Amino acid sequence: MSRPPNESYLSAKIGIRSWLLTTDHKRIALLYFAAITGFFAIGGFAATLIRYELITPGPTLGSPDFYNRLFTMHGVIMVWFFLIPSIPATMGNFIIPLMIGARDLAFPRLNLLSWYLFVIGGLITLTALLLGGLDTGWTFYEPYSTFYATGYVILAITGIVVAGFSSILTGLNFIVTIHKLRAPGMTWYRLPVFVWSTYATSLILVLATPVLAMTLLMLIAERVLGVGIFSPQLGGDPILFQHMFWFYSHPAVYIMILPSMGVISEIVPVFARKQLFGYTFVVWCSIAIAAIGFLVWGHHMFVAGQALYASLAFSFLSYLVAVPSAIKVFNWTATLHEGWIRFDAPMLYAFGFIGLFTMGGLTGLFLAALPIDVHVTDTYFVVAHFHYIMVGGAVMGYFAGLHYWWPKITGRRYPEYWARFAAILAFFGFNLTFFPQFILGYLGMPRRYQSYPPEFQVWHVLSSAGASILAVGYALPLFYFLWSILKGERAPANPWQATGLEWTSRSPPPPNNFDVTPTVVRPPYQYQRGDPCPQVDSD
Amino acid sequence: MNGTPIWPIEASRYAGRVDFLFGSLLLISVLTMGLVVFLLALFATKYRHSSKAIRDGSTIKTWRFEVAWTAVTLLVFVGLAVWGADLYLRLYNPPSDALQIFVVGKQWMWKAQHPGGQAEINELHVPAGQDIRLVLASQDVIHSFYVPALRIKQDVVPGRYETMWFRADRPGRYHLFCAEYCGTDHAHMGGWVTVMNPREYADWLRQQGGQQTLAMQGQTLFRRYGCSGCHNPGGTVRAPQLEGVFGSPVPLSDGSVVIADDRYVRDSILNPKGQVAAGYAPVMPTFAGQVSEDDLAKLVAYIESIGPTKAGGGR
Repeated sequence: MSRPPNESYLSAKIGIRSWLLTTDHKRIALLYFAAITGFFAIGGFAATLIRYELITPGPTLGSPDFYNRLFTMHGVIMVWFFLIPSIPATMGNFIIPLMIGARDLAFPRLNLLSWYLFVIGGLITLTALLLGGLDTGWTFYEPYSTFYATGYVILAITGIVVAGFSSILTGLNFIVTIHKLRAPGMTWYRLPVFVWSTYATSLILVLATPVLAMTLLMLIAERVLGVGIFSPQLGGDPILFQHMFWFYSHPAVYIMILPSMGVISEIVPVFARKQLFGYTFVVWCSIAIAAIGFLVWGHHMFVAGQALYASLAFSFLSYLVAVPSAIKVFNWTATLHEGWIRFDAPMLYAFGFIGLFTMGGLTGLFLAALPIDVHVTDTYFVVAHFHYIMVGGAVMGYFAGLHYWWPKITGRRYPEYWARFAAILAFFGFNLTFFPQFILGYLGMPRRYQSYPPEFQVWHVLSSAGASILAVGYALPLFYFLWSILKGERAPANPWQATGLEWTSRSPPPPNNFDVTPTVVRPPYQYQRGDPCPQVDSD
Repeated sequence: MNGTPIWPIEASRYAGRVDFLFGSLLLISVLTMGLVVFLLALFATKYRHSSKAIRDGSTIKTWRFEVAWTAVTLLVFVGLAVWGADLYLRLYNPPSDALQIFVVGKQWMWKAQHPGGQAEINELHVPAGQDIRLVLASQDVIHSFYVPALRIKQDVVPGRYETMWFRADRPGRYHLFCAEYCGTDHAHMGGWVTVMNPREYADWLRQQGGQQTLAMQGQTLFRRYGCSGCHNPGGTVRAPQLEGVFGSPVPLSDGSVVIADDRYVRDSILNPKGQVAAGYAPVMPTFAGQVSEDDLAKLVAYIESIGPTKAGGGR
C-alpha cells in the first residue's frame, strides 16, 4: 500500500461515519475522551451545586429531596461514567498498543462495541437523571432502594449494568492484547509500568464487574418482581447487599487509582531523566494491590453489624493493602535522587499526585483503625479521604497523562505556562476544598446532610471556596487544549525525550502505528546521564 | 458550643482513648508526610535540571532500600491494626449490669424507651458514670445511631436487634445524628443526648414518670396480642412457659442450643418457625408486620422481667 508519508490516524479517513464505525484504537480513545469529558462536566456541575448548597447551614438551593438527588447524580456519574473508564478507556486505549509495539488491540471491533455499550449505558442513566433523578445515593443501600426510594431507580441501574459490560469487555481486550501482541523483545519485565498497571486494572474489571451486575440485577428483581433477597420485609438480608456491593465497589477504587499510578510511573522517570527506582517492586506492587484489594471490602461495614472477627480480619487486611501503595510512593521519591529534574506540566501534576495520594493513603490508615472508623465512617472524614484518592489521586493522574501524551495524541503542543498554572491552581483548590472536610468529619459532621449544625459552617464555607478554585483549575485545560488543537505548535515525534515505543511513532501516529514492527532491545526508562536510551534502536 | 470547633468534645473516657489513637496516627502521618515532602523538595531543588550537583550513582543497590521500607511500613501497620483491634473489642463486651434502653429508629426520628416506661423522641437522657446498653431496632430502612462526643456509632438494620454500649463521664448536651442515609429528612433525624448527674437523672425520671414500667406495658401487650393464651399455664395449646427463660440456654428442635437473649425473643415473635424450642410443635403463627418495634421492645422487656435474673444480669 502506498500512503502519503505524513498520513496520521486523524487524516487517514474523514467524515462522521469514519469515526462512528472506526476500529482504530486511537480513534476509539478519542470517542471515549469526548464521552467522559461530557460526563465529567455533568458530574462537576452537580458537585458545584452541592458545594453551593452547603455554604449555609439550612437549605439554600432547594428541598432536601433535591439535594438527595443531586449527590446521587454526582456519585453515579463520577464513579461509573467518569472515574472507572477515565484512564484505561482513553489513554489505555490509545497508548497501550503503541507502548507494546502493536498495531491495535487484540479485538478492535469488540473495542468499538465497548464504546457503544458505554455510551448507551451512559445515555440510559442520564435519561433517568434528566427525568428527575433518583434519591438512593450511588451506593443503592437496601432496603431503601427497594421500598423507600423515589425516582428512576430501575432506569439508572440499567444504565450502570450496560456500562459495566463495557468495562468487562475493555478489560478482556487489554488482557489478551498484553499477552499476545507484544512486539519482539518486549518481555514482561521490559513492559512500561503503565502497561503493568493497566493489566492489573483489567484483572479487576473482568473479575469484579460481573458481581456488580449480579447485585444490581437482583436489586431490580426485588424492586420490580418482589423477589425477596435484600429486604427484611421480604425475608432478605440488607447486609448481604452491602457485602456484594462492596465486593465490587472497593476493588473499583483500585480500578480508578492503579492506572493513575501507572501514569505517574511513566512521567516521573521521563522528567527526572532517570531510571525508575525499583521497577520490579513497583510492578509487583500493582499486582499485589489488585489481589489484596479483593479482600478488604468489609472495611466499609465496621459499624454495619458484620461479625466481630470479620471486622478484625478486614482491618488487618486493609493495613496490608496499604503497604504496596506506600512502597510505590517511596520508589517515585527515590527516582528523583540524582536526576536532572524538569518541571513541565505533567511533572507538576505528578508531584501533585504524589502529595495528594500520600495524604489519601495516610488517612486510609485512620479508617482502617477500627475504633476511629466507628467514629468517622459516614462522616466528611470519609468523604475527604476518598476524594483525596479519587480526585487528588486518580484525576490528577488523568490530567498528568493527558498533558504528557497530548502531543502524541494530537500532534500539537499545549501552552506550557497555562498548563503549569492550571496544575498549581488545581492542587491548591483541591486542598482548600477537601482538607477542611477532614476536620468536619472528625468533629462528627455526617455525610449526605443538606442541613447541618451552625458551628460547622466555617469549614463548609472554606470547602466551597476551594471548590470554586478547583473548578477553574479543571476548566482551564478545556480552553487551552481547544486552542492547542487549532493553533498549537506542531509536536515532534518525541517531545519529552522519552524512551518508550510510543515516542518512536510519529505525532500523531499513522493509522497502523508502526510502519515496521519494532524490535525491543532494552528495558524502559534507561537514561545515560539524562540522555534517553530508547527501547528500540533507531535503524 | 459556639464558635468554630477544631476538635470534638470528649464526653467519655473512651472518647479520650480513641482520640489518643487518633493523635498517634496523626503524628505518624505528619512525620511520614513531612519526610515525603522534604525529600521531594530536597531532590527537586538539588537535582533540578540546571544544577551542577554531583550525580555519581553511589546509591544504586535498590533492594536494600525496598526491603527496609517494606519491613518498617509493615511493622508499623501491624502495630496500628493490633492497637485499633484492642480498643474495638471493648465495644463488643458490654458490662453485665448496664442500664438497658430500647431505641427505635424510623423515618425520620429516634424513639427511646427507658426501663421505667419513660419514652422520648429525638432526645436521650442518660446518667453520667453509669454503663448504658442500647438495644437498637429500625422500623423501616437502615439508620445509624451516632454520638460524635462519645465516638460511637452503630448502624441499625431493620429486621434485627443491634446493641451498643457506652459510659458517658461528662454531663452535657451532645449531638445525636443519623449517620446512614435514610431519605428525605435524613439530615433532620437527630437531636440530643443529655448526660446528667445521677441525681438529676433520677429527678428527670420522676418528672417523666407516672407511667407503667416498660415490662408492665409489655405484660399488657402480652395479653392483648393473645400470647398469654398459649404461653400461660393452662393454655389451650401446649407452648413453652416463659418464666425464667430469659438469659438461659434453650435447646432447639434441630438439636442446637441458643441463649434466650433479646434477639432470640424478638426473632421468636416475628419468625416463630425459625428456631423452635425442642419438644414443641411449630404451631405458633408469625407476628411479623403486626407488632411495631416499639411494642416488640416492651414485650422483650416483659419476657426479660420474668427471667431468672431480674436485675438484668446474667448476659
